[in-house]
Amino acid sequence: MFHLNSTFSTLRKSEKIIEGLLWLSATITILVTVGIIWVLLSESVSFFSEVSIVEFLTEKEWTPLFADKKFGILPLVAGTFLTTFIAIAVALPIGLTIAIYLNEYAHGTFRAIIKPLLEVLATIPTVVYGFFALTVVTPFLQQFIPGLAGFNALSAGIVMGIMIIPMISSLSEDAISAVPRSLREAAYGMGSTRLQTAFGVMVPAASSGILVSIILAISRAVGETMIVAIAAGQQPRLTLNPLVPIETITTYIVQVSLGDVPHGSLEYRTIFAAGLTLFIFTFALNNISFWIKKKYQEKYD
Amino acid sequence: MTNSDINRYKDKAFQIFGIFCTLIGLVVLAVFLIDIAIDGISRIDWDFLTSLPSRRASSAGIYTAWAGTLWILVLTAVIAFPLGVGAAVYLEEYSRKTKLANFLEINIANLAGVPSIIYGLLGLEIFVRQMRLGGSLLAGALTLSLLILPIIIVTTRESIKAVPRSVRDGSYALGASKWQTIWNQVLPASFGGILTGIILALSRAVGEAAPLIVIGALAYVPFAPTTPLDEFTVLPIQIFNWTSRPQEAFLTNAAGAIIVLLCITFLLNGIAVYLRLRQQKKVKW
Repeated sequence: MFHLNSTFSTLRKSEKIIEGLLWLSATITILVTVGIIWVLLSESVSFFSEVSIVEFLTEKEWTPLFADKKFGILPLVAGTFLTTFIAIAVALPIGLTIAIYLNEYAHGTFRAIIKPLLEVLATIPTVVYGFFALTVVTPFLQQFIPGLAGFNALSAGIVMGIMIIPMISSLSEDAISAVPRSLREAAYGMGSTRLQTAFGVMVPAASSGILVSIILAISRAVGETMIVAIAAGQQPRLTLNPLVPIETITTYIVQVSLGDVPHGSLEYRTIFAAGLTLFIFTFALNNISFWIKKKYQEKYD
Repeated sequence: MTNSDINRYKDKAFQIFGIFCTLIGLVVLAVFLIDIAIDGISRIDWDFLTSLPSRRASSAGIYTAWAGTLWILVLTAVIAFPLGVGAAVYLEEYSRKTKLANFLEINIANLAGVPSIIYGLLGLEIFVRQMRLGGSLLAGALTLSLLILPIIIVTTRESIKAVPRSVRDGSYALGASKWQTIWNQVLPASFGGILTGIILALSRAVGEAAPLIVIGALAYVPFAPTTPLDEFTVLPIQIFNWTSRPQEAFLTNAAGAIIVLLCITFLLNGIAVYLRLRQQKKVKW
């Protein structure tokens, strides 16, 4: 009896230790978030002790690596928004149409074949997309657009849009297929065509889910690095012209990382200030999407 | 023409547009893969796979790059697997519906949306500087492990959730403890799904260049790494480096390296799809 008791107590003890270890691995995820925020903030604080935050937000030039240093983040933000805007302009109409088509028109077998094939687009490494943008899309577009530079926001944006098509199409399709059958049947019962049902009933009913897919796609495009680093150029420029070289926030971080910038210098800290700016954008976008999801998800339950 | 005729034409028109949109992505994908194959396939031979990097495009190879990629793959798997599965088991089996559990969940969803380059900045400061690992394989693998942790946790939780209550209840009824139940019943039953998730996460890690560039992985590493503390390069960085050079010959090299990289990514994804299909066939609770 005594022996059995001691076996139980070792068992109980090891159970506790295992639970502790599992708890530890779960809390590491919190440490990662804390680590990211701490790293970005601490280096940015040193950065902003040398460069005023007003200059950072209002100066129209970004030249930290030149002799005449200017620290205005706006050109990088403009570059980021320009490529993101082009990507969404490509991915949203195509992705949403695919979602509607697969849901309202396509046969089950066609859908079963097409969906995994579309997912292949999302598995290709982004550096490969960058190569594609630079060596195929830009030369192709130059045949029609004579003023197109070798590095430009247009090709990078278009290719990024192709990359995020599956993201918009699959999330939107989930949202549309979550709309109760009864709504669709009511629309058909009133004599609507499939098109009228899709745009008059299904899309409005699934609008919150579609919005979430768009916001997540924007967040993805804002943080995308290799495509823009390869194909969009490295010239920070406050412009909305998609035909000339620009620089995004992410490209700037890559550019500095490739160079020989000494640790602890002001130039080194610029990548953390740029990273903080990027993090704030994506963090805000992601949380807006969670909020929308939470607020509207139980509409039909 | 009546109104309903017009509506029917609009409907048809949209159907055609729908097929067009569905196929355009796939056509672009096909054009792209064919273009890469034409550019690069002639470059791939034994020498290309076994040569060190070089200033001369014709004699440069990808030996150090694919060796680095394999190292990163193995190290990342070894680090991320126990952490991710452990966290998922805790969240699914142990944690109660507390505020902390809720916070953990939101936090993981948030981490999944953080751009990969930000993980690079985290790795640069924590692993490279504070832990003094330098631009080593270990620093790279740790950085990528944190990057894919949310993916592993989410997919592992899904597979654990799919194990029915009755399996756990049966195990408890036989006198098994909580951990014995998890270790002997829940994890074996969900292992296929967990493995699928980890392979998909690794295929994401293999294609990452940005975070590794930030932590200081270099394109030119004259020797293949032999220990986790060695400097390294990976295929995506090598491709990026060759793509950024003006000479045409290096673009051909990049296309060759892309073929090898795509083979690795497609192989990993293929294994994952195969495992998932087998799992779906086998398990009927």
